[in-house]
Amino acid sequence: MSKEKLEYLINRNDNQYEVVIGLEVHAQVLSQSKLFSTSATKFGAEPNTQVSLVDAAFPGMLPVINEFCVKQAIKTGIGLKAKINKRSVFDRKNYFYADLPQGYQISQFKDPIVGEGKVILDMPDGQKEVGIERLHLEQDAGKSIHDLDPKNTFVDLNRSGVALMEIVSKPDLRSPEEVNAYIKKLRSIMRYLGTCDGNMQEGSLRADVNVSVRKKGSKDFGTRCEIKNVNSIKFMQMAIEYEANRQVDLIEDGQTVDQETRLFDTKKNETRSMRSKEDAHDYRYFPDPDLLPLEVSDEFIDQLQLEIPELPDEKKKRFIDQFKLTPYEANIMVSDIETSNYFEDVVKKSDVKLATNWIIGELFAALNEKNLEITDSPISAGNLSKLINLIKDGTISGKIAKTVFEQMMEGDKDPKKIVEEKGLKQESDPKALEALIDKVIDSNRDKATEYKSGKVKLFGFFVGQVMKVSGGKANPQLVNEILKKKL
Amino acid sequence: MSDITKQTLSELVNNIKEKKLSSSEITQAFVDRSEKSKELNTYITEDFSNALDKAKKFDDNPKLDLKLPGIPMAVKDLFCTANVRTTAGSKILNNFVPTYESTVTQNIWNEGAILIGKLNCDEFAMGSSNETSFFGNVQNPIDKNLVPGGSSGGSSSAVAAQLTPITIGTDTGGSIRQPASFTGTVGLKPTYGSCSRYGIVAFASSLDQAGPMAQNVQDCALLQEVISSYDQKDSTSIDFKRNLYSKELTKDIKGKKIGIPKEYRVDGMPKEIDDLWQKGIEYAKDCGAEIIDISLPHTNYALPTYYIVAPAEASSNLARYDGVKYGFRADGENLIDMYEKTRSEGFGAEVQRRIMIGTYVLSSGYYDAYYLKAQKVRKLIKNDFDEAYKKVDAILTPSTPSSAFKIGEKTNDPVSMYLNDIFTVPVNLAGLPGISIPAGHDSKGYPLGLQIIGKAFDEQNILNIAYAMEEKINFKNKITDWWIK
Repeated sequence: MSKEKLEYLINRNDNQYEVVIGLEVHAQVLSQSKLFSTSATKFGAEPNTQVSLVDAAFPGMLPVINEFCVKQAIKTGIGLKAKINKRSVFDRKNYFYADLPQGYQISQFKDPIVGEGKVILDMPDGQKEVGIERLHLEQDAGKSIHDLDPKNTFVDLNRSGVALMEIVSKPDLRSPEEVNAYIKKLRSIMRYLGTCDGNMQEGSLRADVNVSVRKKGSKDFGTRCEIKNVNSIKFMQMAIEYEANRQVDLIEDGQTVDQETRLFDTKKNETRSMRSKEDAHDYRYFPDPDLLPLEVSDEFIDQLQLEIPELPDEKKKRFIDQFKLTPYEANIMVSDIETSNYFEDVVKKSDVKLATNWIIGELFAALNEKNLEITDSPISAGNLSKLINLIKDGTISGKIAKTVFEQMMEGDKDPKKIVEEKGLKQESDPKALEALIDKVIDSNRDKATEYKSGKVKLFGFFVGQVMKVSGGKANPQLVNEILKKKL
Repeated sequence: MSDITKQTLSELVNNIKEKKLSSSEITQAFVDRSEKSKELNTYITEDFSNALDKAKKFDDNPKLDLKLPGIPMAVKDLFCTANVRTTAGSKILNNFVPTYESTVTQNIWNEGAILIGKLNCDEFAMGSSNETSFFGNVQNPIDKNLVPGGSSGGSSSAVAAQLTPITIGTDTGGSIRQPASFTGTVGLKPTYGSCSRYGIVAFASSLDQAGPMAQNVQDCALLQEVISSYDQKDSTSIDFKRNLYSKELTKDIKGKKIGIPKEYRVDGMPKEIDDLWQKGIEYAKDCGAEIIDISLPHTNYALPTYYIVAPAEASSNLARYDGVKYGFRADGENLIDMYEKTRSEGFGAEVQRRIMIGTYVLSSGYYDAYYLKAQKVRKLIKNDFDEAYKKVDAILTPSTPSSAFKIGEKTNDPVSMYLNDIFTVPVNLAGLPGISIPAGHDSKGYPLGLQIIGKAFDEQNILNIAYAMEEKINFKNKITDWWIK
């Protein structure tokens, strides 16, 4: 089945421009302690309470690599189907800033721990592969707080030295939608792996966005601008849209795009120049003499390989094969690890088709309405499968099930108990139904006559009346059968 | 006993163990002599009264099985000492009091020694004469207005003047061996990775190494035994089997092959130095060693390589002294202004010069031509030694190209000052151990030293050679106590 290709193009005058985007994602490594010190990394602690002498760069203090962070980076590399470099080197990136106590950031420049890899995106018009250039480990800086005092800046070093993975994509992205899908996929992979919590509100995932434009069909890249430190997908998309249009306007106006670093102003929805290429820092990278090159063995990598769980792409394939989900349904179910776990728990004990519909339909809608994540769902997977079984065995109708579901959302109650307590059990006794139906026909003699004379549309009226009289509990299938006979 | 301060470390340890002397008596003697020796300007920070308290506590509950039981000791002010000011000889750390202890000094206190003070040194260990210290020149006890060498000039002066029985210095390009040579004392730069760098104010991380300084080889070996340890807090610390250097010390070096590198016969080397070297060769032969001519072809490039690598690392290591977190801060209009004023006022001229050299050689466009090339040459220099050590067990050279010079003589000529390190620098670049022992006097009566360079981790071997030669040389330091009124 061929789908229509969805292209994101900017039209000006008679020209069509393509947008080229590459991302440098900074993902905080999920780890108890920092990259080169034993300080805690918990989010939201009181300022400067998670700072060691190493983090604050006291004289004579030395960095010692946290092996767990190395493992996390390698696992992420495996998840990105990337080359793991058995030898990597930590470099110093030198610059002065108040929240950078050492006067340099320890990063990896020439020899990163992870090399080329790829990420598969599921776009509405088909799959798209985005290349990964590299992944390297580096320290986060502290935080400068400029708005607590009119004259002074405050510095919080809790974040100083926290491990980050910088994941650099190739310039393979072509639209804000692809960026959205890419970030979500990357986030999902890392959450499956447990290497980054992907929490963008807490700054665990941020990105520098490189944007350039070129005339459609051109093979050469345009001059790019880098938009620094954007911390939500929505802002990334807005920034790209603004920046791409700005560049197109410049070109159409006969001007050139200058390579520069820009900032996205979320209030004004525009990007602004931060520094030009000429003003770019000279970071004077050189290998950190306090650290030896990082060498990992094949056995070390093999061991980590064994710890890699089933990842979204493989899980999607399995869901399609094993549960006969459509690719669309499978995509939704694997989009994050919690949803996929929930789904698998539900279908362990109930019908897959019903479960899929109920999760994607009722459950997601209800959670959305309450602004809840699946992990906070008031309805446990076990109780949802019980509800589905009640539908499947005819104990309740689909309609009644919705009423029960609503009550379950108020608190994780056993659907069987709700059905019993409220007397919602479906009436499937033919004799009882016959009596009901007789009553309805009796009180609607005129309509029954009309029906018999050919007004078949009235059948629905009778079904409705029977359901009404039964309080919705009559088994709709049986009602249909008996009504047909009686009329 | 009136001659307490004249005793060697081994004698002091024996006297304490045999309860002939108490820690208080010994500590008091060194404190008294230090008090009388202020003109030498060896101390940056004295900790005398605490030392006497600690000595008393030691005597109340003596632990005589320790290696340095109740022995007072002053250390170079580059080692961070908990609750005792640590300045690195710089204004920028003038008010800095660490809450933590360096691993090397902790090892020393763990063996029962007692801190009596922090010794003067060149600012951030950058210098060869102790003249770059913010806290002023140090006098060489050998003669008035003579430099004690550097950067461990306070340490060499204090040991030679017997203000401390032993001490520790740090050696990045010769900062232990050159001052030892200038003061007639023994100084060992251990293999890189032997002594932890944790808690030592960093100059050039890939070269810095702490080491013992003493009046004789035996004391030096004992102190090396104490300070050398594998430390997980230093990622460049190496886990190798460490000897009990003082116990395994032997004068039997019969059959040891000692190399004489022809490239160390540099142009313009004073005849006195050459003669000393020849004498050294004869002493080594007398001890039963076999002398073999060797070549270290890249020796010429060692000094320029060092003066790229060391400043490059220093420029980055010293970035943390920015007035934000600790140490000296000058007020400024804004952050950049504060940085500029703090670092301009807080660092002395030599430190600023090296920061600028280092920043330059790491700059984009120059990195390949300088830093990267220097790293390649460094590898070649190391290969030279590896080749030589296929034929010999150790290498004998002069420690310095001259004896001690006068204060002020070379302050305006940094290149001539840098040339002081010509024989010591290759050893740091190759990460090898080297020891300087006093071997004679020049015509002015100033001491001259010989350097014995060993294989990596082979400290025992060069200590043994030094021990054997020391006996033959029978050097006597000429200290007149001229500074004591």
